[in-house]
Amino acid sequence: MSVLLSVHDLRAYYGQVQALHGLSFDLNEGSMTTLLGANGAGKTTTLRAICNMVRSTGPIQFEGKPLNGKSTENIVRLGIAHVPQGRGTFTTLTVEENLQLGAISRKDTKAITDDIERMYAHFPVLKQRHTQQAGTLSGGEQQMLAVARALMLRPRLMLLDEPSFGLAPLIVRDLFNILGKINREDKVSILVVEQNAQLALEIADKAYVIETGRIVMSGNAKEIANDESVRKSYLGY
Amino acid sequence: MELFINQVLAGIATGAIYACMALAIVMIFQAIDHLNFAQGEMAMFATFIAWQLMQWGVPYWWAFLLTLIISFAGGVIIERLLFKPLAKAPVLTNVAGFIALFAIVNSVAGLIWDFTIKQFPTPFGSSPFLGSQLISTHQVGMIGVTLGLLIALFVFFRFTRIGLAMRAAAAMPESARLVGINTGWMVALGWGMASAIGAIAGILIAPVVFLEPNMMGGVLIYGFAAAVLGGLTSPLGAVLGGFLVGVFENLVGTYVPGVGNELKLPIALALIVIVLVVKPTGLMGHTVVKRV
Ligand SMILES: Nc1ncnc2c1ncn2[C@@H]1O[C@H](COP(=O)(O)OP(=O)(O)OP(=O)(O)O)[C@@H](O)[C@H]1O
Ligand SMILES: [Mg+2]
Repeated sequence: MSVLLSVHDLRAYYGQVQALHGLSFDLNEGSMTTLLGANGAGKTTTLRAICNMVRSTGPIQFEGKPLNGKSTENIVRLGIAHVPQGRGTFTTLTVEENLQLGAISRKDTKAITDDIERMYAHFPVLKQRHTQQAGTLSGGEQQMLAVARALMLRPRLMLLDEPSFGLAPLIVRDLFNILGKINREDKVSILVVEQNAQLALEIADKAYVIETGRIVMSGNAKEIANDESVRKSYLGY
Repeated sequence: MELFINQVLAGIATGAIYACMALAIVMIFQAIDHLNFAQGEMAMFATFIAWQLMQWGVPYWWAFLLTLIISFAGGVIIERLLFKPLAKAPVLTNVAGFIALFAIVNSVAGLIWDFTIKQFPTPFGSSPFLGSQLISTHQVGMIGVTLGLLIALFVFFRFTRIGLAMRAAAAMPESARLVGINTGWMVALGWGMASAIGAIAGILIAPVVFLEPNMMGGVLIYGFAAAVLGGLTSPLGAVLGGFLVGVFENLVGTYVPGVGNELKLPIALALIVIVLVVKPTGLMGHTVVKRV
């Protein structure tokens, strides 16, 4: 299996404050990898560093080519869709405009229209509300919209920052099922950041645990989920 | 009654110009969160370019079109050279930048074309419109061109992908970058368009106020009043504000004793202050909530 994304000795800084202290990991083509860790561990910062939204050092390679020094928009255009913490919804625009924006860097306008229909098939509620202002959607609906918007890029890699945040347990399960389906059927590799470790480990194949800007644990998701001492000491459940 | 209708129509005509200026101000404000105090001077400079082209024998509408293109390019260049480097600078630094731009454009225009008042032609003529004393053909032209511009802008922002990208970049720049939009160029594009819109306002009002380097001073203040009245975050509000300020200005000047022409400008300023105190978001604006 080939490596799609590799991060080596990543250090990130907010002004003078260092948030990541030399963090390395790989993500395989086609995999669903999860980054776990407590509040403030550096999960969001890791995703932001990949998209050059925070000052960082350490080589980051995507499909074997360096991302360092590229602007956020050019990194996205390589096929990396990032659903940020807080979802990044264009709240004043309509649901359909949000989907259009997901594909704004694509040139194949005909295929875009088809993809919007595919998203409506994945998430029927978005079709019902396609002319509505996105800010008026419920939290769960907005999360679906964010995922759909990211998929409109036809990404090779999707970065998801706490997709379960603020959602009812049933909706979370729905959403993760959809993510699994997207991962398997549309061959989109996924890097998902989660606080809900139990659920993330269920659907991911590989997991990394971050503590204060360092990777403290990594391995096969099933093994981590089954190892009680690891769970107790690192994941707290 | 005749006088009243006459004043309302005249107000709508000048209101169209205020609407254009307000729109230009709002476009830049949406893009960079700053008020472009030099918007009027840029419009004045563009009007001089149009005048110069006509002096060289270029027919009116060709000069009009060429001026729009030059203004657009000029707006983009000003943003790239002056305001892109200031993007992360404090507010006061930006204000200083705008004042510098104002002073530079004003004195360069004076240097090239001097400060004497010049006649500026109108392609519409200034005879009574359809034989009616209520409104002149030039005033109808002003309203017509502005309405055409507004429709074109509406179609651009509502139905084109680049228009959508510009709206997204203005509303949520970080999210816009995350879908692959080059927000820096969207800002530059906003400057270019604002500059061209200002040029239209300058060219349309020049036959009325005459061409000279300080011609846009009053117009800009009314434009600000219109933008504030409409809410600085709403293009539609800015347009509405423009027409309202135009009509208000004329009616107050006509019917309120002792106001006349001299006091109209202070009234526009008072209007700005009152709106900011009573309803800071204006008629159609919304409160900008910034997440930190
Ligand atoms: N804008 C910022 N300025 C300064 N420090 C920041 C900023 N954003 C994050 N940090 C710091 O960087 C560290 C990592 O933060 P990060 O947001 O990556 O954590 P996280 O793992 O995503 O946490 P959470 O689960 O709460 O979202 C924290 O110590 C945080 O205080
Ligand atoms: Mg986070």
